[in-house]
Amino acid sequence: MNKELKASAPTDSEIVLGILNNSEIVLKRLYTAYFPMILQLIINNNGNEDDAKDIYQEAIIVLYNKIKSGEFELSSKLKTYIYSVCRRLWLKRLSQMNRYGGDIRDFEEYLPVEDEVDNHNERDTQFSKMENALQLLGEPCKTIMEDFYIHNRSMQDICERFGYTNADNAKTQKYKCLQRLKKLFFQQK
Amino acid sequence: MSDNQLTELIERYLDGSMTAEERTQFELLRKNDVTVESRVTEHKQFMGLLKQYGERLELQKRLDAIHDEIDVHALKEEVTIHPVWVVRMWRHHHSKISVAASIAIFAILSTLFFTGKLNSHDSRFVELRDEVSRLKISNDQLKQTVNTRLINGAKTTKPKPVNPGNFRGTGFALSSNGYIVTNYHVVNGADSIYVQNAAGESFHSKVIYTEPQNDIAILEINDSTFKNLGAVPYNFKKSSTDLGENVFTFGYPGGEVVFGPGALTSATGYQGDTTEYQVSIPVNPGNSGGPLLDDKGNIIGIINGKQTRVAGAAFAVKSAYLLKAIQNIPADSLSKSLTLNNRNTLAGLSRPQQLKKLKNYVFMVKVYNQ
Repeated sequence: MNKELKASAPTDSEIVLGILNNSEIVLKRLYTAYFPMILQLIINNNGNEDDAKDIYQEAIIVLYNKIKSGEFELSSKLKTYIYSVCRRLWLKRLSQMNRYGGDIRDFEEYLPVEDEVDNHNERDTQFSKMENALQLLGEPCKTIMEDFYIHNRSMQDICERFGYTNADNAKTQKYKCLQRLKKLFFQQK
Repeated sequence: MSDNQLTELIERYLDGSMTAEERTQFELLRKNDVTVESRVTEHKQFMGLLKQYGERLELQKRLDAIHDEIDVHALKEEVTIHPVWVVRMWRHHHSKISVAASIAIFAILSTLFFTGKLNSHDSRFVELRDEVSRLKISNDQLKQTVNTRLINGAKTTKPKPVNPGNFRGTGFALSSNGYIVTNYHVVNGADSIYVQNAAGESFHSKVIYTEPQNDIAILEINDSTFKNLGAVPYNFKKSSTDLGENVFTFGYPGGEVVFGPGALTSATGYQGDTTEYQVSIPVNPGNSGGPLLDDKGNIIGIINGKQTRVAGAAFAVKSAYLLKAIQNIPADSLSKSLTLNNRNTLAGLSRPQQLKKLKNYVFMVKVYNQ
């Protein structure tokens, strides 16, 4: 399977273009192309396959966001970039778990990517705050928020789904929910 | 204006669904009211975050879907580094291997030990002070009882009623008023020093001068029971002595004074040390500091060491360095005058008679320390 994946590894510029064009196929090819490399890194450095999945997905997200934001320049191979981000993330995770023995068994060359990983982590904490806030918000507010602000559904749809007879009532409800969500979000430390 | 209305306004402003008139009005409000302005930025950021959060969730979902298609288990097998068979074997059997190795090492070491292979074969210089410890004495007694006394003939044969000291050497008188010379290594680190004459009387002494580089130490007897020795029978030779000269020493390798005859065999000492002679004399620990005399009874050196595993290689500091050391003694260290005898009354006597005279001027130096 590994060989098959390697054979189908897309070129770096293909990937960048594909992600910019929201191509599902390219994303899949990217994902399958480099996952074995990261699995190897994590498994042979005190991790298991779930750790590998977490770390790899985080790295793919970092890469994805970077390409989407237009900041990405192909200064190195994507493979090296992904490996470096994963390596950095994994080192961080290991030291958080006090499992870091002081050295890591490397399989590829790597670049310094501290800033990117730090930015990513910062954003991650924001997202987990948001997730918490949404959880605390409870139903039906959570779904209203998600439908309206994330999935861009119209007020009309939402009215029908929740059985609001009056669009104004729904609107008032929505703003109340938003108010509470903001409060919950900013209350978190 | 209520909170909700303001939020609605901001939302409409941001998504561009305001009419031109409303827009200019709102912008004016923004400019004039700081709270409105901050609400706008806050709302904008929060919405951005919410949107990104949604995108992230969606991306995560896509990735999870892709991930589910991968056969992680098979991949895992493939990428896990299987350690080489040595490591695997070690992991599985390390306790057994350790035990086997310990036994093997123990067997080898004990074989080497019992066959004497562990003893070093280098010939080395050893200083001839005698280390006298309780352990060694009892060891010697034990050896005596089983009648297998093999080596170390130098060790004390009779158990002594008094503490014989931690270290022992030999010394000899420089003058009749109680100055004695011995080796620096004999008295090095001493807490207190006694010298014992042939009659068995001990006198407390102190070190007044040392020359570690030449291994010379000068002692002074400072005991009230000490009486003048009478004129010293030998004198000190200034020039160096020729090879082949018959020489002898007199010292305390054991509890009794022992005569050691021999010959001067080399003008240099251990590894070509020019401050010493090499002599062929049977000497043992305890002989250190003893006098080396020539046939006529001139002091030509001080015995200080021998080479192990080389037959007949003992060493003595040349008397010229002793004379130099005596000159170097600071005047204020001397409480009495130190005048060397220059009349030799031993010349012409037979060896037994020489020894009889000499006996009173050679001392056992007993050194006590912690």
